[in-house]
Amino acid sequence: MLEISGLTATIDGKQILNGIDLIVPTGEVHAIMGPNGSGKSTLSYVLSGREGYEVTGGTAQFDGKDLLAMTPEQRAATGLFLAFQYPVELPGVNNANFLRVALNAQRRARGESELDAIQFLKLARAETKRLSMPDDMLKRNVNVGFSGGEKKRNEVLQMAILRPRLAILDETDSGLDIDALKIVADGVNALRGPAFSALVITHYQRLLDHIVPDRVHVLAGGRIIRSGGPELAQELEANGYAGMVAEAA
Amino acid sequence: MTAAMQTGVSAFLARFEGLRAQLPGDPAVRAAAAELLRDAGLPGRREEAWKYTNLRQLAEATFHEPLTRLDDCDALLARLPRLDAPRLVFVDGRFRADLSEVPDGVSFEQFAHTGDFGTLARPERERMVALNTMLAEDGASIAVAEDVDAGLLQLISLASEIAGRTIAFHPRHAVRLARGARLTLLEISLGTGVYLHNPVSELHVAEDATLVHVRLQDESRGAFHVSTAYAEVAAGGTYDSFMLSLGARLARSELHARLAGAGAAVHMNGAQLLSGNQVADITTVVRHDAPGCASRQTVKNVLAGRSRGVFQGRIEVARGAQKTDGYQMNQALLLSPEAEIDCKPELEIFADDVKCSHGATVGELDADQLFYLRSRGVPEAEARAMLVRAFLAEALDAVAHVAAREVLERAVSAWWEREAA
Ligand SMILES: Nc1ncnc2c1ncn2[C@@H]1O[C@H](COP(=O)(O)OP(=O)(O)OP(=O)(O)O)[C@@H](O)[C@H]1O
Ligand SMILES: [Mg+2]
Repeated sequence: MLEISGLTATIDGKQILNGIDLIVPTGEVHAIMGPNGSGKSTLSYVLSGREGYEVTGGTAQFDGKDLLAMTPEQRAATGLFLAFQYPVELPGVNNANFLRVALNAQRRARGESELDAIQFLKLARAETKRLSMPDDMLKRNVNVGFSGGEKKRNEVLQMAILRPRLAILDETDSGLDIDALKIVADGVNALRGPAFSALVITHYQRLLDHIVPDRVHVLAGGRIIRSGGPELAQELEANGYAGMVAEAA
Repeated sequence: MTAAMQTGVSAFLARFEGLRAQLPGDPAVRAAAAELLRDAGLPGRREEAWKYTNLRQLAEATFHEPLTRLDDCDALLARLPRLDAPRLVFVDGRFRADLSEVPDGVSFEQFAHTGDFGTLARPERERMVALNTMLAEDGASIAVAEDVDAGLLQLISLASEIAGRTIAFHPRHAVRLARGARLTLLEISLGTGVYLHNPVSELHVAEDATLVHVRLQDESRGAFHVSTAYAEVAAGGTYDSFMLSLGARLARSELHARLAGAGAAVHMNGAQLLSGNQVADITTVVRHDAPGCASRQTVKNVLAGRSRGVFQGRIEVARGAQKTDGYQMNQALLLSPEAEIDCKPELEIFADDVKCSHGATVGELDADQLFYLRSRGVPEAEARAMLVRAFLAEALDAVAHVAAREVLERAVSAWWEREAA
């Protein structure tokens, strides 16, 4: 279970998160929607431990453990995964090698046995196939020369291989074609189960047709201003944020 | 010959006086070089070409005569890559037939026997070359005949300090590829202790010949490595070189390449990996003297600790060298706030229809890349190592010869493990 309470954070002295309260029970998928610049990516970065953000108040716990006290790699080993809104290119780093190093580092941290090259390749090939991605994606340098959509799919491939217990997907649907959107949604749905939770950040109702969320939250001005069921996404699609934001102010 | 303590340039001159009767080659050439050194001394930082690299420590070091016993290079030999390729092994600058396997398809002679100083080296302009000319005792003279593909040949230099006796040696190498010939020369320098390795090489690439020259400078961390190479490439020929500089307290790798015939090509790529107080300098001059030639150069530096990298790259385009295509890039990754890079690119162009570009980047590891790796569970130290290795992997991509590249990759890995320890 992810429990965020009263979370405030600044970047370069500018307050972006203004007291986030949010609970995602284990096994549930929640969506976060909100206007541009409202702090959605900031929240995902703060949860995953990116440098440059100062947490000025509040807490964030995952299964009772203080997320904010951990290094990014410890958070990952605990089961947190962030699919980046803007995936990073790593020239000179082979995708398969990168994923194997990452997976084995996590397994080591959890006291599990590491996968050898052959075991890993089998797993990686199977997941690549399941996500209808070409095999050569594994051979290429991480995200280098990938199209926008391919980068997003590569994030989902990483998620499929690393099998997190809590996934944050930051606009993973942006830039995907209709077929890819379905494939990505299937990838997330395949992980769904009693031990998996997700926070799905999106601007579009369409993704939520495929990944039906248990709850939808609206983030505006660094705060959750409304929460509801899947119908809230439809309401937003019809009316936009303006009225809701004015109401909350 | 006494093993008396000898210091600075006067010590080198004294050594010459003691040795001159026994040295191979034209005594007048050596005497002229000695005269130059007597007048001007070792190169100093007031000279433009040595502005960033100070030889003071070298001048102050004390060098003795090489005096290697037969059995003291086993540990060094064990560090050599196991390659299925012939090798010429020099220990403390002297050819060792017992450790060498002379290749087929290549003619090999020792400088000690030929005394041939060649035609490309310019002791009057490069004073470390004058020092070499004065004191060179041995070296490899390699020739490949017309249209012969001689494959891979290793040229190995091992240096060993015995009981605190620091030594200096000045090998004189020459490679001559006849028309259409091919050779991949993998040159490896290793050692222990304190010494000066001051090789001079002349590389002749005839019409349509290809010399691939891959160098691994992995000298002892107490050593001085000052190498000067001159390459001359005829029409349609290619000189494709890569220098990986990891070792030595002070290293200077100077390369002068001349594109002498139409359509010739020169690649002068390299990487320097430094830590501690190391200083390493890659200085190159490429001269386009013929039309339609291409020169390519990418040098990458990884600088840790308080190390200092120097890159001086000069492209000269003569008046008649139209359609010249010159490219030069120097990139540095500074892993510590005390590390430093000095970079001096120079273009001197006298033709009007040319395409020449140069660039330089200096930076630290990318914070976004680091976070991306860590967010996937890769611990910080490992993530840093991955990014540095990736930066180097891109540099080593320039080495197309698979076995040679693997030798460099293993050297980088070993360096990395040593540094991490
Ligand atoms: N380094 C920074 N300095 C100052 N402000 C910043 C910095 N980084 C981000 N911000 C600001 O923080 C706010 C929140 O940004 P964030 O990326 O979290 O928004 P978002 O909700 O993800 O938006 P989008 O829907 O466009 O992705 C924005 O106003 C942004 O300009
Ligand atoms: Mg965002």
